[in-house]
This record gives sequence, C-alpha cells and structure tokens, in this order.
Amino acid sequence: MTTPMDLDPTVAAMQEELDQLRNEVAACRARYDAGAVRDISYANSADAVAPLYTALDLEGSAGTAFEVPGRFPFTRGIHPTGYRGKLWTMRQFAGFGSAKETNARYKFLLGQGTTGLSVAFDFPTLMGYDSDHPRSEGEVGKCGVAISSLADMEQLFDGIPLDQVSTSMTINGPAIILWCFYIAAAEKQGVRPEQLRGTVQNDILKEYMAQHAWCFPIEPALRLIVDMFEYGAQHVPQWNTISISGYHIREAGATAAQELAFTLADGFTYVERGIARGLDVDTFAPRLSFFWDVHNDFFEEIAKLRAARRIWARHLKERYGAKDPRSWMMRFHSQTAGVTLTAQQPMNNVVRVAYQALAAVLGGTQSLHTNSMDETLALPTEQAVQVALRTQQVLAFETGVPNVIDPLGGSYYVERLTDQLEADAEALFAQIAEQGGVVAGLETGWFQRKIAESAARQQWEIEQQRRHIVGVNAFTTEEEGLEIPLLKIDEQAAREQAAALARLRGARDEARCQAQLARLREAARGTENVVPFILDCARSYCTLYEIRAALEDVFGAYREPVFF
Amino acid sequence: MSRPIRVLVAKPGLDGHDRGAKVVAAALRDAGMEVIYTGLHQTPEMIATAAVQEDVDVVGLSVLSGAHMTLFPRVRALLAEQGRDDILITGGGIIPAEDMAALEALGVGKLFGPGTPTTDLIDYIRSWFAAREPQGT
Repeated sequence: MTTPMDLDPTVAAMQEELDQLRNEVAACRARYDAGAVRDISYANSADAVAPLYTALDLEGSAGTAFEVPGRFPFTRGIHPTGYRGKLWTMRQFAGFGSAKETNARYKFLLGQGTTGLSVAFDFPTLMGYDSDHPRSEGEVGKCGVAISSLADMEQLFDGIPLDQVSTSMTINGPAIILWCFYIAAAEKQGVRPEQLRGTVQNDILKEYMAQHAWCFPIEPALRLIVDMFEYGAQHVPQWNTISISGYHIREAGATAAQELAFTLADGFTYVERGIARGLDVDTFAPRLSFFWDVHNDFFEEIAKLRAARRIWARHLKERYGAKDPRSWMMRFHSQTAGVTLTAQQPMNNVVRVAYQALAAVLGGTQSLHTNSMDETLALPTEQAVQVALRTQQVLAFETGVPNVIDPLGGSYYVERLTDQLEADAEALFAQIAEQGGVVAGLETGWFQRKIAESAARQQWEIEQQRRHIVGVNAFTTEEEGLEIPLLKIDEQAAREQAAALARLRGARDEARCQAQLARLREAARGTENVVPFILDCARSYCTLYEIRAALEDVFGAYREPVFF
Repeated sequence: MSRPIRVLVAKPGLDGHDRGAKVVAAALRDAGMEVIYTGLHQTPEMIATAAVQEDVDVVGLSVLSGAHMTLFPRVRALLAEQGRDDILITGGGIIPAEDMAALEALGVGKLFGPGTPTTDLIDYIRSWFAAREPQGT
C-alpha cells in the first residue's frame, strides 16, 4: 500500500493542497446547503448550476489548458489572431416593403458603418409566393422585403456593387431560387459568380423543426441543398451555401443544449447527404457556416459557442474523415435572442441586447446582429436599429473586450459548462440516432415535441414566478407603456409589386419563360443538378412562384405533423 | 356543471411562428377546454370552415407577421357570412396597441401581446363564456 510517506515530498505537498481544497469546497457547499436559498430556477437549461466552481470540477478534463486558438479542436476560436486580426462583422438583418425602400435602408446602414448586408424577406417570398399570389394578401413587405423576380433583386442592390459587399440572405424553402436571382443580378452588374461573397441560410431541416417556411417534402428539399453545395463549390467558391441554424430552434423554445445538439445533428445530416452524392467532404464542408441564438444565460451561451466549435471539429475530422482544417472550423453568425425581448418597458431591451452581444463576442462569433428594442411591437425604426448597431460599436471600440482571445478560457465554470454542454449534446445525438436520425425524427414530430415541451416548461416557470422577467412578472409598472415610435408598413408595397409584376409578365419573352420552366421540370425529374436550369429561368424573368410551382409539379408539397 | 368551452387555435397566413399558439393551446387544454389546433399556413376560409364544422365557441388567432389587419377582419367576416358571428374571435401576436384597439372596434375580441400570462386569457374566455351562456345550464 502506498502512503503519502512514500511519495516524493512535492507530490505529497500537492496531495495535501488538493485535500485541503476538497475540504474547503465541502465546507463551502455545506454552508450553502444550510443557508437560505432563493426559490428560483438557476438555469435556463435543465441542468443544475452549482454555486461555486473550482479546479475540482475539471478533474478528468484538461479544459482548454493545452489549447490555443486557431488549432484543432478550436474550442478557443478559429482564428489564431482572434479579434486582434479582424473584428466580427456587424451585420444587421433588414428588409421591409419594396425592394426600393429596402435598398435605401441598406445604403443608410452602409453609411452608418455596417460591414455586411443581411436580407430579411417577407413571408410570401419566404414561402415562394409572388407578391400578387392570393396567399400573399396582407403580408407583402410586412416582415421583410418582397422579391418576386430577378427585376426585384436588381432593384434591391441598385447602386451597391456586389463584388464589394458580403450579403447574407435569410431564405430556406425557395433558397435555391433566390440565390439564382442574386447570381443573375450580379451578372447584370458585370460581377462574376466567383467574386460573390455571402451566405444563404438554406437550412431546411430547422424549418421543419421550428421555423416552418418550407416548400417541398424533406427528401427533394435535401436534394436541392446538395445541388447548391455542388454548384457552389465549382462556381461560387466564396459563398457559404448554408447557414445551419440553431437560432429558430432556440426561439421556438429549445434549451441551449437542445439548440446545440439539434443544430449540429442537422449539420451532420447535410454532410452525410453531400458525401452520399459522391462529393469529397473537403470540397463543400469549408463553406458550411452556422447561426446561433445568444440568449440570456450569459455563461451558458459562451460555453455553448465554445462547445459547438469543438464538437463540429471532432466529428468532421474523426467521423467524416475531413482532412482540410477549414472543414473542421465552425464559422458562425450570432444574433441576440428576439424571444427575450419584452413588450413591457421596451427600453430595457437595449440592456438585454448588450449583455447578449457581449456573450456572443466572448464566445468568438464571426458576425453579429443585435436586435432593436422595439421588435416585440413592430419592425424596428431607423433610430432603434442605430442604437442596436451602436451597442456593437461600443463593445468593439470602448470596452477592451476584443483585445484578448477567448478571455474566459481557463475559467473553472466556463470550462466545466463547455464540457457539460458537449456531453449533453452527445447524449442527445444518441437519442436522435434512436429515433432513426434527423429526417425520421422530423417525420414523427419527435423534435417538434421536444421543442414545444421546453417552451411550455419555460412559460410555466415564468407563471410560477420560478423565473423572473424584469418588467413582465417582476418590477412591473402600472402606468401606460412608454410610447416609442413604430414603423408602419402600409399596403403601398403590395400595390406597387402587383403592378410591377403585371408589367414584367407583359414585357418578357413568354415563350422563352415557358420553355425554361419545362426544361427545369425535366431536370427535376432526373438527377441532374438543377441550379443551371433555375439560373436560366431567373435570367428569363420567370417569377419566384412560377419556378416554385414547376418544382412542386415534380416534388409535391410538404405536409406537417400537427399537434400541440 | 356546464359543458366544456370549445376553442379553435389557428395560425392564419404564411407566418410560421407557432411557439405562442402551441403554448396557448396546451394551457387552454390544461384549463379544461376542448382545444383544436389547425396547424400552420391556414387561409381565413380554412379557419372559418373548421370553426363552423367543429362548432367551437372561440377562435384564437396567432399572428406575428404584421398581417393582423387583414386576417382578423377576414375571419370575422367569413364567420358572419355563415351566421356564426356569435363565435368569439380573440388572439395575440406582435400587434401594436392601436391596431388592437382598431380591431376591437371592428368586433374582434380582446387581443393579447407578448408577456401575457396564460391565466389572463383563460380568465377572459371563461368570463366571456359565462356572460354568454344562460345561467343554470
């Protein structure tokens, strides 16, 4: 038997120190357990949070003690120079009314120092309907900009050289069509596809899971995405062909661990589909990007972003055999959590957004959208958007936060949370595998149920006063809400769009359009990549809905499993 | 004991945000009401038809898309056409206060914004129902 007496005196001393730490932590826990503890929920996710973390919580894990940023597994960041090399991109999501109005907002944002554009489309566009389709009534231009054809896309970027900006487009069901409109609009400016930089969200799995702007059934929708991976790798090499999104999953109610695991599982599914097509993983994986929601639980969010990078790197390298380090690196956009904003005392939202933005930056985001204070009431006004952008600028230039890379690396709590979230995600991957994978889990509604259950639990916690929301169920005020100016969208955009579409249909070469649509149907029936066919339709000024309908003729429509 | 209140929870239009609709549907069910949820992307015609066929007392519409000034009056008009203007139309979403007031003036019931406790709308529906139903049935 070995006793401390036999050990080297240094080791014995260390052993003694460790024992002393154990005793002190035990004493601290005992005092905590004996004391009065407020009866509230201490975590946004299901896991309990201890009142104190020490080196003992990292036993069996090195945390990131032997890691530097820019090296596998990238827990501490993908760039060796962090924000010292390049700040994050301040990318404010915007779009409303007509292409002309939104074009003016983009020019305003570029003039204010925003460094990348981000297009918000209206619901008809998100669903693949033209502005003059009966299903679009009342919704044209309301939640984003209406884009029904190449002509609208040309107007949207009029005077904005597409070889000089990077553009993110939040579009999923009909993503392939809007991407072709963008490529064709660039051609009109004399900009070649290989010069284009940007991202198309194109994450259909999370649409079925949470956000619900779909067009086609799951299998053909996945085929369109792989067509874009393939075409992008060959012709639009600087474009991110997908932004695999946890944002909407979280907003719909998921916990941080569910957001992390469901999103990564979606990502793995896309990788598997690309490989199944016969693509070399290293040809398309470097163009896969991610999009995270940054919620209220400050340290958990930072840990989530660190864990996400590590999990992605490990799976891409070890499970999918990617050899190019760029395939291992998770690059991501973040947005502060819209769902945390309150309609009550809306000025408080500025503070929420600032804390969330800080978490996103401490988590090493590549780009960031900060929400505006008035978004629970309407689309944001220009003043509200400016405060949101200034929040990022203060963070970037005044706080000193970006000066040091991964400054929370080595924090007992953050390292432990990072390990914990990784373990939670792996446990959820196993559950997803038991469901038969992501597609099977969507068909049975497993994911949708998990998310709805989490949402119901959060509502219950709020109503039981287990969770306090300032201004909503705590620190409420009796007086009338603060009056803040709201952006009003009238029906003008809808009328203008209808007139413009009528002119377009009258002026274009109708026979050529019908021939292009027929060729597209034929290609969709086979196994050819459909991107070049949709590009031809776009160039001929076929409309969004005409192209969607041609594909729907072949693919059919999606039917959701309904439950609550 | 009176019969349970029947509620149709519906998502009109193209807006896919169903977190609120599902939370509300579950809360109303837990409060003892009979709840039917339509699923997403319903037209006003589909909602009115479902409300009449299911013989509901209340239609709850969830709209976060900004299209509330089109969708609420349309559902109300379609129900009135079928002689069912006795059905309470309530709901919620991202709806500015002045639009809520304008819709109430058009005969739509009370609308609820973000942060409303589900107990508020349960109480509202129950008291509306109690006032409508004759005593003692």
